[in-house]
Amino acid sequence: MLERGEVGNSWRRERWDSLRLLTPNWQSRLPGLPYEGSDPDGYMTAAEVGELIARFAAGAPVRTGTAVTSLRRSEDAYELTTGQGELRARTVVIATGACNAPVVPSLASALPAKVRQLTAFAYRNPAQLPDGGVLVVGASATGVQLAAELYESGRPVVLAVGEHVRLPRTYRGRDVLWWMDASGVWDQRYDELDDLPRARRLPSPQLVGTSERTTLDLNALTTRGIELVGRWAAIRDSRALFSGGLRNVCSLADLKMERLLDTFDEWAETSDTAPERFAPTELPRPPRLEIDLRNGEIRSILWATGYRPDYSWLDLPVVDKKGHLRHGGGVVVDSPGLYALCLPVLRRRKSTFIHGIEDDARDVVDHLSAYLAGEARAPGYALARE
Amino acid sequence: MTTIDNGVNVQALLDAREVLAGAPEAAQFTWKATSKWTNGVHSQTTIQNFFGLGEERSHKAVAVFDADHPEVFAAPDNGITPIEYLLVGLAGCLTAGVASVAQNRGIQLRSVESTVEGNHDIRGILGADSDVRNGFNDIKVTFQIDADASRQEIEALVAQSQKRSAVFDALTNPTEVSVEVV
Repeated sequence: MLERGEVGNSWRRERWDSLRLLTPNWQSRLPGLPYEGSDPDGYMTAAEVGELIARFAAGAPVRTGTAVTSLRRSEDAYELTTGQGELRARTVVIATGACNAPVVPSLASALPAKVRQLTAFAYRNPAQLPDGGVLVVGASATGVQLAAELYESGRPVVLAVGEHVRLPRTYRGRDVLWWMDASGVWDQRYDELDDLPRARRLPSPQLVGTSERTTLDLNALTTRGIELVGRWAAIRDSRALFSGGLRNVCSLADLKMERLLDTFDEWAETSDTAPERFAPTELPRPPRLEIDLRNGEIRSILWATGYRPDYSWLDLPVVDKKGHLRHGGGVVVDSPGLYALCLPVLRRRKSTFIHGIEDDARDVVDHLSAYLAGEARAPGYALARE
Repeated sequence: MTTIDNGVNVQALLDAREVLAGAPEAAQFTWKATSKWTNGVHSQTTIQNFFGLGEERSHKAVAVFDADHPEVFAAPDNGITPIEYLLVGLAGCLTAGVASVAQNRGIQLRSVESTVEGNHDIRGILGADSDVRNGFNDIKVTFQIDADASRQEIEALVAQSQKRSAVFDALTNPTEVSVEVV
């Protein structure tokens, strides 16, 4: 196993200070390493996740400090150039994930220089930003968490909201992610979904891991005093222009959450707790459509606009024009012996969660073992169900 | 599987979506209009041709639109105002979207009616107050839909229609408009 840094590198070096997992501790398990601490309903810090991974990796053949700078194919083997020398392999599993670099909209380059910009990728804590107003762009888990944290630090915060995923932290007394797990939503397979590309593009749900198990949806942010605006659509004469479609993206998220809760209720059938529904997202009346970035109201911008994978080292024609790996359930297309793990909805909705990797890994390794044993597989073979 | 029919050929749209995903050049359309001043604030705009799927094409018939202003604007009212044409566009686009999404989701529509209201402070266009914008302050659309579906499903149709609406996007997001004289 090749690791460019240390085991659990991203958790240890590429996350903000206060980050905690969205999944409760009892759910954050690895094979042979169930949670055995005293706080099953709590949420691990990034450092604790790094330690968990390091414990899991004990005894595994990991070569740390080994960055891969090229992966290519020659005849019937893969050749890798690494910082520690060349390697050849019959099979390769790409497990670098989908979050190697931040995505920043192109309009960032048109911003006045005196407005400080920072990506969530580079963000560690509020002290990095000047005092004064912050425009947080993006209403994913990262966006809502950092908006709340920056507001708590004493700064006015405006949050630009595009399409997002709304969830309550708890539902009928249990963690909402318990429901995702227990009801089977998280086990839904990639080949059973109506719109797989859409499922793979979904932003992380608006959740935070706190001991109070507070819900951190847009209504919670508004109650705290954060101002919502629509998706940041353009910049003109140093004015940020926001979409007037904010009402609709909130309706879409509210309706989607309702459908999910309906699914939970149907699965639960009867229980001693009653179904709950939550107030629709409330908006300012009217929401602002623009902010002048020269008037000092906004001193910094926090880009929470997502991440992308970095395949610059991958010298194979397996990446599509949008920069994503072409794969069928983890089997890379047109490159026998090449696999992927840790990508969104790789094989199941739970693919990118810590506990979700196990089933995907078993499937991929089954296919890989068969490949090494010389058993023929048709191109784009869909891995068989158990 | 219910065989509902709202009259939308959804299969053709889904096929087109798949083909065009890999052929972006073919997906480039240009909608065109030509316009002539008549008199006063009255003009006539004609639409027949458009460019799409790699070729010049035309509608079956020529469409002619008069634009004018009403008497309260000291004009003869030979046609609706230009800004009212935007309401036509929005209603048409959202309604078409509702029908298409309903077809795709197997929901039988019985009737779809909407009211579109664009709130407009005309001090902007009169130059009476520089803090007032020229365009709408806001637009409100109200749908009344009778269909074989729950209220939640109907709301979802309307939400999805906005998500994929050309005119909704053109109104809610900035669009570059350049005007030159030849």
